[in-house]
Amino acid sequence: MKRFLYEVSESWKIAAAQMRSNLTRSTLTALGVIIGIIAVTLMGTAVNGISIGFDKSMAVLGDDVLYVTQWPWKPVDDWWNYRDRRKIKTEYAETLNRMISATPNSNLVVAVPTSNLMRSVKYGGNQVDNVFVLGTTSDFIVTSTIDCTVGRFFNELESRGGANVVVIGYDVADALFPSESPIDKLVLINGQLFKVIGVNARQGTFLGLFSWDSMVAMPLAAFNKYFSAKTESDVRVKVRDKTRLADAKDELTGLVRRVRGLPPEKKDDFSINEQQAFKSTLDPVKNSIAIAGLFITGLSLFVGAIGIMNITFVSVKERTKEIGTRKALGARRRTILLQFLIESTALCLLGGFIGLAFAYLMCFGVGKAFPSFPIHFSVGLVLISMVVSMLTGLFSGFAPAWTASRLDPVTALRYE
Amino acid sequence: MEIRNSDRPRGPVVIDIENITKDYIMGEEVVRALRGVTLQIRRNEYIAIMGPSGSGKSTLMNMLGCLDTPTSGRYEFNGKNVAEMDDDELAAVRNREIGFVFQTFNLLPRSTSLRNVELPLIYAGIDPERREARAAQVLADVGLGDRIHHKPNELSGGQRQRVAIARALVNGPSIILADEPTGNLDSKTGEEIMELLENLYQSGNTIILVTHERDIAAHARRTVHLRDGLIESDHAGFVPELDLPVAG
Repeated sequence: MKRFLYEVSESWKIAAAQMRSNLTRSTLTALGVIIGIIAVTLMGTAVNGISIGFDKSMAVLGDDVLYVTQWPWKPVDDWWNYRDRRKIKTEYAETLNRMISATPNSNLVVAVPTSNLMRSVKYGGNQVDNVFVLGTTSDFIVTSTIDCTVGRFFNELESRGGANVVVIGYDVADALFPSESPIDKLVLINGQLFKVIGVNARQGTFLGLFSWDSMVAMPLAAFNKYFSAKTESDVRVKVRDKTRLADAKDELTGLVRRVRGLPPEKKDDFSINEQQAFKSTLDPVKNSIAIAGLFITGLSLFVGAIGIMNITFVSVKERTKEIGTRKALGARRRTILLQFLIESTALCLLGGFIGLAFAYLMCFGVGKAFPSFPIHFSVGLVLISMVVSMLTGLFSGFAPAWTASRLDPVTALRYE
Repeated sequence: MEIRNSDRPRGPVVIDIENITKDYIMGEEVVRALRGVTLQIRRNEYIAIMGPSGSGKSTLMNMLGCLDTPTSGRYEFNGKNVAEMDDDELAAVRNREIGFVFQTFNLLPRSTSLRNVELPLIYAGIDPERREARAAQVLADVGLGDRIHHKPNELSGGQRQRVAIARALVNGPSIILADEPTGNLDSKTGEEIMELLENLYQSGNTIILVTHERDIAAHARRTVHLRDGLIESDHAGFVPELDLPVAG
């Protein structure tokens, strides 16, 4: 082992001297690896970012909330079976809450009704279209990651009384009130004035998935008063213990069946969804993006590896006589193998390091220029790229190094 | 012609070769480079191996230098059977027992004299401080104490060959195997190198000189002539008349 370390350190010195003396060639060869590592690393950060973006969007749904809906959160082939289901009514929430409080040791905490539609929101000369307008109760904050940076969410009193108050998302606030505080201002929705009482914290958008940034929330009573048209309603129920989600789901199914007055022989005519179900339909998409992306960028690294292999072969050929001399002086096969392996590995590691530095700078730049673009540069990624470049070096150096170590000393010495 | 030393040295046997042959396969043909050579070399001999090209001189030198193994026959180096060693064992013998001096010097062009001389010590696994001290010492011994940080292209031909000789000596080998050591040098520098070899011989080293030049071979105390893969003559001193028909 000690002997091995000795040989490794001596080979490092030789490799370093070799790279210095063939500077142009080494740089050009390393360039292949540099580009490869940049591509792979950037792809890695993008995949990472996509993943984080998904998770962030998912977090909005909450991992301890069940959603009672007409349609299941997954693609269905037999849509006609779902189309004619009875709508979910917001009144269910009240009934469910009574049932929950009547059940000892219930796994459910509270049911919250929500209704929504898309409307424009106006203030002064500013207008935002396609705002997700949500009607709900004050219990809503229990089930969602709503977090008012400015102001507050509406209270129970406002909720029951159907006060004309709204909590607005970050982007809406930004668009309507570019230079003033939105609090206590009156915004116009569907011809009605609503007082802004809170602004939700910025959440960031990603691929247009659920973000509260472009939403407006108001008491359900007010919502029902002014938006009687086609609205989507569902009921969300907070679970007490998220490790027992399945039990909670069973309990809720029973309760909703009772609410809907379903006789035992009839199948459920509603769906109960949770974050996980949604995730499992999105995960394959996420994974195929990752695999396709990494495969394509991996190809560029592979081209870099071939460059290294090629140059190591050339180097072995050029230095045949040197190899012969070294063998005559007592270098063993393994010593020669190690020397060339370390040369190719050192070149790849150097390339990897430079590539990583560039990739980091590029990520930094992109992150500054497009703050909403999810980019994530992690320590894990750095380690992985270094390991990948080292493996690239070993992989591409092995064949030529093996050739060199097997050279017959007599033939090698005679080579001109 | 003066015969300078008719006394055979009586040291212990270093190289003991008995009836070795070497066949090469060149396409369809089998080339019999050595056809049965028997030779003993004792410690502190100074022996020249001569012969025209194609005589098997180079093949014999490769055998003696443990760069190659014979097809058949017995070869013992310091009592160890070399004929059946594998590559790595041969490398160890070359490292510790044999000092090579090549016609073309074979120095690493981008390394200093010191690094070049250190090379066999690296392969022997000597730690850096002792290695450097030893290499510097041997370089001083061959008269290059002030050139240890020069690279080969900053040295003259004679100086380069001195570095190579220092490299051959550095591990304290049993034999020094010099293959046409003056072949790439002018005659005056060549003489200086031969003087250095003479000094090494005088101080107890065993020297095997492979050459086709008679005046170079004349420095040796014993001359072996090869012809068609066989030893034609093995004489103490230098016997020029025997060399005449084959020279040139």
